[in-house]
Amino acid sequence: MSISVQEAADTQVRGLVRRFGPTAVLDGLNLEIPAGSFIALLGRSGSGKTTLLRTLAGLDVAEQGVVVLPPRRAVVFQEPRLMPWKRVWENVALGLPEADARARAEQALREVELSHRMDAWPLTLSGGEAQRAGLARALVRDPDLLLLDEPFAALDALTRLRMQALVAALWARHGMAALLVTHDVDEALLLADHAVVLQRGRIGLQLRIDLPRPRRHGSPEFAALRSELLGSLGLTAEEAA
Amino acid sequence: MSEPVMNVAVGGAWRRVPLGVQGRLAIPRAALRRAVTPIGLLVAWQAASSVGLLPPRIMPAPLTVLAAARDLLASGALIHHLAVSLLRVTVGLGIAILTGTVLALVAGLSRLGEDLVDPALQMARTLPFLALVPLFILWFGIGETPKVALVALGATFPIYLNLFAGIRGADPKLVEVASTLGLSRSGLIRHVILPAALPNFLTGLRYAIGIAWLSLVVGEQINADSGIGYLMMDARDFLRTDIIMVGLAVYALLGLVSDQAVRGLERTALAWRPAARLGR
Repeated sequence: MSISVQEAADTQVRGLVRRFGPTAVLDGLNLEIPAGSFIALLGRSGSGKTTLLRTLAGLDVAEQGVVVLPPRRAVVFQEPRLMPWKRVWENVALGLPEADARARAEQALREVELSHRMDAWPLTLSGGEAQRAGLARALVRDPDLLLLDEPFAALDALTRLRMQALVAALWARHGMAALLVTHDVDEALLLADHAVVLQRGRIGLQLRIDLPRPRRHGSPEFAALRSELLGSLGLTAEEAA
Repeated sequence: MSEPVMNVAVGGAWRRVPLGVQGRLAIPRAALRRAVTPIGLLVAWQAASSVGLLPPRIMPAPLTVLAAARDLLASGALIHHLAVSLLRVTVGLGIAILTGTVLALVAGLSRLGEDLVDPALQMARTLPFLALVPLFILWFGIGETPKVALVALGATFPIYLNLFAGIRGADPKLVEVASTLGLSRSGLIRHVILPAALPNFLTGLRYAIGIAWLSLVVGEQINADSGIGYLMMDARDFLRTDIIMVGLAVYALLGLVSDQAVRGLERTALAWRPAARLGR
């Protein structure tokens, strides 16, 4: 048995196994991310959310299973992970063909409302600005699959709300598939059209989120989905409030 | 020097300005205060010499040293010896930078390279390299080669050690980013690993320059017929302490100037670092 990686428009994971020592973090996991869909991946810490994302990003090699990926993928990490010695636009353009790199970087930075800082050094950016630069760096590659590894977790509450709205708008405009790893149930309900919960190395719960966009906290449907998701994470709505 | 300071933007750059004197000429005043002690010492020295407290054979007066410097400049001797010394250090340091960089790249970028290069260098580095002078004279004679070789040998280690550490210290998270961006191995080295190692390289360069001057002093005081060190040893034979003092002053100035040059290089090359903006 070994890992096999193939290319197709829809992302698919079948029978994925990844062990760290004796414990299988991913244990025969199956997941489908159809082109254009937005999946939120939830789970308790240590449940393998990030391991799965890293497998799809090509940063982690699983022991067994089949991984089918679209050709263009991009990752936004929890920390912005910008090269501090490259200006913002150079970070965004890193790895692009040089001919029109700056113009493409500027276009992507405009989409995340950061074009006014394109010549700045990354260490002079605020946390939200740096994360938007990271988002632009992913967008500029025109990905078929956007992998988001808790990209808002380190931001303050207000900045997080703005970033979530920005990601929702960008996803609607570009129509790429997105996988959002998060531990924030509200965030999942706000952004995704499917929420999946990792349990014991597999997808334990798959929940369709059919709320109209843009979404609001507090509607009855929202609350119902919220308690269902929280329940699958082993929490009650009261505990999470 | 622990007065309260705050960071204030002056002309687009951040400066640390003592609280309470913002807007006024705080920095020159501090510089003035810091100059008091050295200038006071010079004046006291001159006074002690003038009244005969310091015998000129032991310690010539500052004005005597100045006069000696003027004579050496006028005769062209100082320029000649200075040029020889500068050339030795430049060539030796150039060899050291090249060797240290190549070795650090080989050892830093591949495990095989590390196994082949690092143990030998770590062993060689523990040897006090100035102890090699007698051997170098036997090998290379008494011309330029042993002096340049001594400078090159001594200055190679700090370049190698710091650059190697910098390469290995590159943030693995940024290396991961490079891989998700589809960078090739050469792209990774060029855009991530080498820039990450640059601050360490420049630290190594500063150490290397210090060691280069030190090696030169030693090299020039043994079997030399030119250079600042020779000028000083020659002066010793004629009990010319004033010329020896001129030589010391020249060495000090050269060290200062080269250190400032590297600091300037750091400010340009590491402009992205907030610390570089503080002017430290």
